[in-house]
Amino acid sequence: MPRKTVDMTNHNQMITARGLTKTFRSKGQTVEAVRSVDLDVADGELVAFLGPNGAGKSTTLRMLTTLLPPTEGEATVAGCDIRRDPAGVRRRIGYVGQGNSGGHTQRVRDELHAQGSFYGMGRRETRARADELIESLELEQSANRTVQSLSGGQKRRLDIAVGLIHRPELLFLDEPSTGLDPHSRANLWEHIVELRRQTGTTIFLTTHYLDEADQLAERVMVMDHGAVIADDTAWALKESLAGDRITLEFEGATDAAAAAARIGGDTSGRVVTVTARGGDRALPRFIRDLGDAGLDVVAATHRQPTLDDVFLALTGRSLREEAAHAEASDAAEPVAV
Amino acid sequence: MNTITSTAGSAPAATDRHAASARPTGFVRDTASVFVRESRPLARDPFSVMFSLVQPLVFLGLFGPLLVGAAGGDVAGTLQWFVPGILVMVALFGTASTGANLLFEMQTGSHERTLVAPLSRSALLVGRALKEVVPLVIQGTIVVLVAVPFGFSVDPLGLVSGLAVLAVFGIGFGALSYSLALACRNRDWMFWMVHQTLLFPLMILSGMLLPLEDGPDWMQVAAAVNPLSYLVGAERALLAGDFGAPAVLGGILAAAATCAIGVLVGVRSMRRAS
Repeated sequence: MPRKTVDMTNHNQMITARGLTKTFRSKGQTVEAVRSVDLDVADGELVAFLGPNGAGKSTTLRMLTTLLPPTEGEATVAGCDIRRDPAGVRRRIGYVGQGNSGGHTQRVRDELHAQGSFYGMGRRETRARADELIESLELEQSANRTVQSLSGGQKRRLDIAVGLIHRPELLFLDEPSTGLDPHSRANLWEHIVELRRQTGTTIFLTTHYLDEADQLAERVMVMDHGAVIADDTAWALKESLAGDRITLEFEGATDAAAAAARIGGDTSGRVVTVTARGGDRALPRFIRDLGDAGLDVVAATHRQPTLDDVFLALTGRSLREEAAHAEASDAAEPVAV
Repeated sequence: MNTITSTAGSAPAATDRHAASARPTGFVRDTASVFVRESRPLARDPFSVMFSLVQPLVFLGLFGPLLVGAAGGDVAGTLQWFVPGILVMVALFGTASTGANLLFEMQTGSHERTLVAPLSRSALLVGRALKEVVPLVIQGTIVVLVAVPFGFSVDPLGLVSGLAVLAVFGIGFGALSYSLALACRNRDWMFWMVHQTLLFPLMILSGMLLPLEDGPDWMQVAAAVNPLSYLVGAERALLAGDFGAPAVLGGILAAAATCAIGVLVGVRSMRRAS
């Protein structure tokens, strides 16, 4: 992507990164985990970082949250430079990592109180805020229980509460719903969407769930092999990169071949597959025109594109398969150079 | 669902949409915050201190009688020699494995969360190490209380000073255990290997179980460079109320040196690891 020039001090900008690069050394080899990433996230946006495991999403997030120093490049997060003022960044952001924030032997309410004191909040303020979060994230039943006795969904809601104790203006979520059952995932997302509706908090999250990025994020950045390869709304990405899929079935292969010659697309036996924008309008036209030409369509389907089609169009690989593959293998953290 | 932001009133600094309640904190406050967090599980579940007490009590109950038989002395006299060593054992075993908690928190993600918080890196280590004092003092007191009915006599002021010296040692040794955990991240087996390799030699070469005077010369040389042997000597003198014994000064110096080295190494490891 071309390097953009943006005023780094622009206060409507929540995240600005230029040329962010991270190189790891793993087994004697140098691995470029993140390659010159440029990012611009405005105040109040909900942005999803989508890509397969190992694409560099978490590494980028770890640089933006000051957990990992970049090898090259610079970034301003919530108004503070990640290199020169990491403490300033830490004070202003909330972070929910891939793991669970709560200590196993700690009680839920105690962890929230501890977190408040970590951020220099007063005792009374912390207690009031903890009660508020316990209520809004539906943790009342577990408030006096230890973290190790919680379910996966409860632990994740505690993680979010912990990340929000100091009312950060920017919240980072690293794979927030990975490993949760569908019900807990939906529930977690309800809470995140509600939080945003009420506070306008800027949310920057990583996910490899396509439907999540599609339905919830206002903007999707697709990452692959350490680089951002697309950055737009899910709708625009699908519209410009994928298009609708139409399949038409005919009486025989000869008809199918003749139809493909007229309208384009790929034939497979008696079936023709065509990619078209505005497929819902194109489908009846195809059927009518082909019928007029004596080619009778016996069955037809129309499918709107998914972000997986976008990823496929961009990389030639399916994200769905990669995600399934990656979840099966255990990805070890490489050692920083 | 209820509101996630605070409604008017509860946040004093709510001048903008996000009440930025986070303020700069200092090292002392950060250390106190970490200490309080680390101490809470113990306060919630005081019986958990019994976990690391089992081994010293087994030694006291099963090794003690053998010692009485072998040395041919009376029970009270043997306890007078043996119990101070058990106190040092409590300090050693209790604090040596404390790094495993950090190791576990590094794996689950709760350590990472403290690294994203605006906490001083040194405070993350010092607060944890200071917490070691609490279980150590409780455990030491229990061991002494168990031994008293069997004829162990203890000078109260000596016990207080003895526990204070052990606490100083425990902070340092706990800090070293945390440093080991930071060095062994993602490799728990390495932590436990180093732990097991060092712990028993340190224990035996301190003279806490059997006197080293009858051992070979090389053992006495090894004991001379083992801070624990000075600690054992100091505890024997202090618990008997012999404050003027030269061993007391040796023990205080050994504890102070362990503490200084442990905290320095620990703070360095914590800074480097984050």
